[in-house]
Amino acid sequence: MVSLLPLRLEGAALVRRGRTLVGPIDLDLPAGDVTAVIGPNGSGKTSLLRMMHGLQPARGRIRWSVPEAEARQRQAFVFQRPIVLRRSVAANLAYPLRLRGVPREEARARADEQARRFDLTTLLTQPAPSLSGGELQRLALARALITEPELLFADEPCAALDGRATRAVETHLARAASRTTLVLATHDMGQARRIATRVIFLLHGRVHETGPADAFFSDPQTEAARAFLRGDIVE
Amino acid sequence: MILALLLMLLTTLPASAETLRMAVTTSFDASGLADILLPEIAAETGIDVQLLVVGTGQALRLGEAGDVDAVLVHSRAAEESFVAQGHATHRREIMYNDFVLIGPVSDPAEIADAPDAATALARIAAAGTPFVSRGDDSGTHKAELRLWNAAELSPEGGWYRPVGAGMGAALNTAVAMGAYVLSDRATWLNFGNRDDMTILFEGDPALFNQYAYLPVAPDRHPHVPHDRALRLEDWLTGPRGQALIDGYTIAGERLFTANATPREARP
Amino acid sequence: MDDLLAGFAAAFRLIVTLDAELIEITLLSLRVTLTAVAIACLIGLPLGAWLAVRRFRFRRTVIATLNALIGLPPVVVGLVVYLMLSRSGPFGVLDLLFTPTAMIVAQVVIVTPLVASIAHQAMRELWAEYHDLLISMGASRWQRMATLILDGRRALLTAALAGFGRAIGEVGAIMIVGGNIDGATRVLTTAIALETGRGDFALALGLGIVLIALALIVSGASHWAMRTERHGRW
Ligand SMILES: Nc1ncnc2c1ncn2[C@@H]1O[C@H](COP(=O)(O)OP(=O)(O)OP(=O)(O)O)[C@@H](O)[C@H]1O
Ligand SMILES: [Mg+2]
Repeated sequence: MVSLLPLRLEGAALVRRGRTLVGPIDLDLPAGDVTAVIGPNGSGKTSLLRMMHGLQPARGRIRWSVPEAEARQRQAFVFQRPIVLRRSVAANLAYPLRLRGVPREEARARADEQARRFDLTTLLTQPAPSLSGGELQRLALARALITEPELLFADEPCAALDGRATRAVETHLARAASRTTLVLATHDMGQARRIATRVIFLLHGRVHETGPADAFFSDPQTEAARAFLRGDIVE
Repeated sequence: MILALLLMLLTTLPASAETLRMAVTTSFDASGLADILLPEIAAETGIDVQLLVVGTGQALRLGEAGDVDAVLVHSRAAEESFVAQGHATHRREIMYNDFVLIGPVSDPAEIADAPDAATALARIAAAGTPFVSRGDDSGTHKAELRLWNAAELSPEGGWYRPVGAGMGAALNTAVAMGAYVLSDRATWLNFGNRDDMTILFEGDPALFNQYAYLPVAPDRHPHVPHDRALRLEDWLTGPRGQALIDGYTIAGERLFTANATPREARP
Repeated sequence: MDDLLAGFAAAFRLIVTLDAELIEITLLSLRVTLTAVAIACLIGLPLGAWLAVRRFRFRRTVIATLNALIGLPPVVVGLVVYLMLSRSGPFGVLDLLFTPTAMIVAQVVIVTPLVASIAHQAMRELWAEYHDLLISMGASRWQRMATLILDGRRALLTAALAGFGRAIGEVGAIMIVGGNIDGATRVLTTAIALETGRGDFALALGLGIVLIALALIVSGASHWAMRTERHGRW
């Protein structure tokens, strides 16, 4: 099977009412990395992820190595605010499989299996909208990974989680990273250091600095990145 | 279980073999005579007559469109032009009843002792007491207009209230307003909501109300069961039908007088 | 006051004696209206879902038209359906006039815009909630509509019940296309109109009470069915 990646952005930009909110951005996303997208609030992390995933109509060009419709089937997205169907946890887990035509019984079995992996077994019959914030995040991640996507976008998947839950999610992400390319928007620099292999630092909707994670964290090249990592206000 | 229920609801009831659709006026249906005649017709001729109870105007329109197989109405001029235009094969008189003037027992316009119907109407107009008119182009409405014409009056003004409704609705309105109203006797006798209203004037031959039967022309509408329509006509004009019509009473009062023309008269 | 009491008495008498004619016209009312609502739902729910999911040039026009059609006077619908089904009309050969089928056709026309519009409202909200997820998962247009219809089923039940309420109480259209033929096309509403015309207010009111009871039973039964379904499914 031809790999989905690299994904190539050429002058990709989000423009609303004549104002350029994000971009233009030129970027290559190769296979195999765990890329952390970081930057202050409103710097465009969510917008960049959504543009790449094709959720946000954008200017410029966004090119996959395979046709777009096929590309969509081979990636997944975990939203900053989890979206769940008004169904049971089990039905939520099975849903992406059912969309792909997996028979009901098989989908159910795989959902059970995934629930075990993500420690959701006791919640299987609960209505998904009644889960706690942390449980919702876990469900959203488990559901996104159930189709074994080649590429996973995760928009602050640990934003609402306590330390322990964060570690649990990170473990899942790290495990997934062995076969899935990850793009992770995060505010948690510790998390970025722990799991990222590459960093994209956004500022005012533009890529301000990018490079391997080790290099970025040990020796940031720009003043703004240094200030951001220190925790100072970045202008 | 639900599925079975749905199936039961969805399956059409089997239509009985010999049905005949006849448009009749509201006054005929309201008289209750149909409830006597229809079971007898079904038993003796095997024809299941389905009544469409409408105004004369609509009844004739239904016949013209071929949506009914026969028409039973009471508006001579309209019937004759219906036949002349070829919508029906012929016109056959069946029976008559009469119109009566209904009003509050206090009779404010003093019509009870009027010499004839035209005078009674003239008194109502002169007194300006409310008068409810069907105003729906029905046979009864046309009869009312003929009477105004005979009285050489054109009813106009706040006291004259055309309601554009059937006989029952017009009676309900008249009762509510304490107004005068022209009704066929049968509907009035069968009417439940009389309050303090009563028959104030009756008996003038001008109030004569002839019913006629019109079988829809099969050359216009080949789908109509013309032979069935003729069988029904034979029954209605035959001894059994005519006797049942004459014998129908409400509270001891006879409603209809059978006066079918002899069979040879049919062209 | 007397009429009201007499109405309740008449309703009570009709029901306890299991009046054969009452049962017949009640069953026909149910049959006509349930069939019409089922067909209206088959058209209206996907249409509502489609309007929620799909962005196209005349979407607003379609929605505005739909909302305007809700206000269509049933008598006008009846008249148009009559002219269509009349022997002299384009569909005269089908011989449907003055049959329950004709009444179903008229009620479908009356009820579908209402069902579609309420369904659209409900599913537009649900779509706003689900939009990103379903797009992200690459759900096809049909899968999106199916998901909205399935997950919005409680709101859609409301749409169906609103349709049922409008249809079961409708008299103008079915009077024209059904003809209120005794034993063939007489239903509760046309019987009520008839008895009112005869001045038999007690019987008319009694039938009206039966009609209201019927609407309550259907509404209650569907809510109950929805609840048991929810307990089973979640
Ligand atoms: N559809 C839109 N219409 C108008 N403005 C938008 C739209 N989407 C994003 N923006 C604006 O674009 C900017 C970038 O938003 P985005 O959500 O990408 O930021 P972010 O980096 O994810 O922020 P946070 O850390 O708070 O999640 C913000 O100023 C936001 O208000
Ligand atoms: Mg964000």
